[in-house]
Amino acid sequence: MLPNGTLIGEMIAFAILIWFCVQFIWPHISKAIEERQIKIAEGLSAAERAHAELKAADTKVADEVRKARQQASEIIDKAQQQANGILDKARADAIVEINRLKAAAQDDIAAMAQQAREQLRERVGALAVQGASKIVQREVDASTHKALLDQLAAEV
Amino acid sequence: MASEPGGLSEYIQHHLTHLVPHASKGGFWAVHLDSITVSLVLGVLFCLWFWSMARKATSGVPSKGQAFVEIILEFVDGQVKDVFHGDRRVLGPLALTVFVWVFLMNAMDLLPVDLLPWITEKFGIGHFRAVPTADTNMTFAMSITVFLLIIVYSFKAKGFGGYMHELFTAPFGKHPLLWIPNFLLNLVELVSKPVSLAMRLFGNMYAGELVFMLIAGLFSAGAGAAGWALYGAGIIGYTVWGIFHILIISIQAFIFMVLTIVYISMAHDHH
Repeated sequence: MLPNGTLIGEMIAFAILIWFCVQFIWPHISKAIEERQIKIAEGLSAAERAHAELKAADTKVADEVRKARQQASEIIDKAQQQANGILDKARADAIVEINRLKAAAQDDIAAMAQQAREQLRERVGALAVQGASKIVQREVDASTHKALLDQLAAEV
Repeated sequence: MASEPGGLSEYIQHHLTHLVPHASKGGFWAVHLDSITVSLVLGVLFCLWFWSMARKATSGVPSKGQAFVEIILEFVDGQVKDVFHGDRRVLGPLALTVFVWVFLMNAMDLLPVDLLPWITEKFGIGHFRAVPTADTNMTFAMSITVFLLIIVYSFKAKGFGGYMHELFTAPFGKHPLLWIPNFLLNLVELVSKPVSLAMRLFGNMYAGELVFMLIAGLFSAGAGAAGWALYGAGIIGYTVWGIFHILIISIQAFIFMVLTIVYISMAHDHH
């Protein structure tokens, strides 16, 4: 009793069913599969990229550290040189200042000595007058004998 | 063939007859060779398919086939993980096998009901039912296996004494007078699991197969314009039911898997 129109009808329906699956069901599954593939591929490549980036960053960091160390030592050298320079200059300045002060002090001393000498001279003149007046028991007029006294004082 | 009176019922009767060995019609050894053959072929196909994919599996970007298998595996494993909090090395593969195998056997329902019988008739075999899960033997075979696993897992998780204690003292209490009611209730609960598991799957698949046969009856409804109109209606109906049936076979496979996981994880849990 087989096959007949029944089987043919069923086969047509089956063909439509297959068409339905191909058209509406399989695309969803296929999409899920492809998305999964893409996701995994992306994940793997991202991991690889991250790995490479990490490596690059590591070498860069080492490079930077080396550079920084070099720069630091350069700065220290320069600073030391500068400090030495400043010290030398300060020393030289100090010597100049000392010499200047010494000269000024010497000038002052000389001036003061001169002044003291003048005063002494004057005092000696006055004392001489006083002494002489006592000796002669009479008032010697200072103004009359000023020229004499000044001469005396200048000799002292 | 359905032109004479009673043609449709004869047609359906013919399609609901299993292939059995000639020598043992009606007896215990009247095994349903069609169910056994189809289920074995599908089981072997499932194993070969997943085995070849597992063998070629790469941890890099998967091929389309591997990605498909991975999606199924992840889906099943996710279901197991949600329900069962223990070692998944046995239950995971069990759930995968149940899901894929039941799905494949259910999917035989989508083949034209007359296709396989037509092919087997060429080899002199008159009766051939293509859907093993529309056979109570097949569904009970699986559900009784699950039932035995429930018992094994109960013993494993609770020990003999613990399991007996639970059977006789839960849910009512420890009083000796309550031992028998407790045990009877637990027995009903225990036995209802494989029965409902098997009958649900069988019922859905058998009914689905029957609807296909009833619609197929339209193909030989009569001659002339009316006959052709019914023929067209048959094609439409058969297609629509087939599309709807894709949903049913998936859901039934899913339910069978989830209930298997739930039953076994219940047996595994302490009360």
